[in-house]
Amino acid sequence: MWRYLLALWLGGMGAVTAAAFDYALADRLSEVAPGVFVIRGDQAHFSAGNGGNILNTGFIVSSKGVLVIDTGPSAQYGEQMRALIGEITAQPITRVLNTHHHPDHYFGNQAFADVPIAATAASRAAMAQLSGDYADAMYRLVGPAMFGTEYLLPTETLQAGEISLGERRIDIKERAGHTRSELIIRDTDSGVLFVGDLVFNERAATTPDADIARWLQTLSELAQTPFSQLVPGHGPVDDSSRSIQQTAAYLQWLRSFLSEAAARGATAAEALYQPVPAPFDGMAVMPEEYQRSVHHLFPALEQLTFYPPLSLRRN
Amino acid sequence: MLLALLLLYALPSGALVEDPLASVQWRAMAQLYLSEGDIVFDERVKVLAPPQAENSLLVPVLVDATALRDVQEVLVFADFNPLPLVLRFFPERALPVIGFDIKVQQATPVRAAVRTLDGVWHVGHAQVDAAGGGCTVASVGSGLSSWSARLGEVSGALYRDPVPGALFQRLRFQIMHPMDTGLAPDVPVFHITEVEVRDTQGDLLGRIAPYEPVAENPVFSLEVPPAERVNVRGRDNNGNTFDAVLGIE
Repeated sequence: MWRYLLALWLGGMGAVTAAAFDYALADRLSEVAPGVFVIRGDQAHFSAGNGGNILNTGFIVSSKGVLVIDTGPSAQYGEQMRALIGEITAQPITRVLNTHHHPDHYFGNQAFADVPIAATAASRAAMAQLSGDYADAMYRLVGPAMFGTEYLLPTETLQAGEISLGERRIDIKERAGHTRSELIIRDTDSGVLFVGDLVFNERAATTPDADIARWLQTLSELAQTPFSQLVPGHGPVDDSSRSIQQTAAYLQWLRSFLSEAAARGATAAEALYQPVPAPFDGMAVMPEEYQRSVHHLFPALEQLTFYPPLSLRRN
Repeated sequence: MLLALLLLYALPSGALVEDPLASVQWRAMAQLYLSEGDIVFDERVKVLAPPQAENSLLVPVLVDATALRDVQEVLVFADFNPLPLVLRFFPERALPVIGFDIKVQQATPVRAAVRTLDGVWHVGHAQVDAAGGGCTVASVGSGLSSWSARLGEVSGALYRDPVPGALFQRLRFQIMHPMDTGLAPDVPVFHITEVEVRDTQGDLLGRIAPYEPVAENPVFSLEVPPAERVNVRGRDNNGNTFDAVLGIE
């Protein structure tokens, strides 16, 4: 509904062309290894000011084409990303991967409509079910920068395994945690590891679809995986495993903090306003992200503290 | 005629203090629910709710009026809900503290009006922003064939206070019920209307009258005098009843 209201509002103002949003992606671009590029987003929640650009996207250039990893939060982001890739290389874009089903990672797909777009079967199913709701939420939170965005679903189902990109070999794994299905993408030559939202660096992890236990398992596996540079879904590129440890420590703290609150008989409303202790209070998007996590995780945790009645009569 | 209209307009507003949240619904809310007795906005009535509702179907709220004495009733409403009245709570021997979850239809103030023995309504509030839609969708339960088997099931816990000898302890309990608002197409209004909490002698500890906006399978949290067991009983608007004993074996 929000996108129609926004279109009406913009139309009413006669300001359709004014909806162009400059993501300044060239200023955010870095080449973390030869031919391996990252476009860094803000450490923030979605807002009109950042146009929804709160995530890292990437692309890998070979002599026979370009692989794009995630497409950003809007059609305009996707278009500007594609234009930037065109400035870096004359190679055609041969494939797009969406690391998981959250909207900031695939709402730019529209700009790559002529290219095969791949995601796992589980991610594709979730996108098919949730994209309409996500579109409403994104238009509401981000506003004008979303103008013209009509989500485009992936066109191919991606299997784990090795894919070739010209002379490069790209290893793909599928793991659960942040959502049911997340891609781990490793460029085998450079050792750069794209881990999507399995890792958040200096930013509180998001948990709307999280399975904390499985996420922690995946993170311990990641900590054993060799890499040269780790590209998290949100936050600076890491050349150590510090961001993996940090994400794991935060998730462990979050789970035990909320479990203890539930065990005391606290309600979610009370848990919302518990102060977040150091070092987690220093992460970006605090305490808002903690408060969102209370909504996501507390209902199941409080259930664990309830027991059946000693007697029950119903009529 | 003009004078009469002016009088009619002026009468309620004359008694009405200005709303700190400047909600356009405030006047209507005060006339609907707080027509008898003076109204004061009072920071001693604490309403905890999220600034952003992550889930419009499950917005946690806690009202704490323990800073007031002689509380007779806690009346909760959400200005911009299509059905604003959330619940009435009569603390009896419990503390004037109640936790619950609500559905919201859009961004709205959530208010607790607390009536003291002198008849004054002390109003506290929290502003909740929301994407909306929480009141006009069918409950999850009404879409499942299993809901009727679990209707009226009660579970919960008494939480021992970490301070020995405390005068009150936290009680939380959940009642399985769709709590349908009647605003979703083809789903009639169906909600719990009455919940009583009693001790094992049958003495009333607290009473709740929930309305449509209370969330599905509601969880209520109270502060009751220490007891090994409590009795939770009540009914819905279709006459279904439940009567459970919660506590330690």
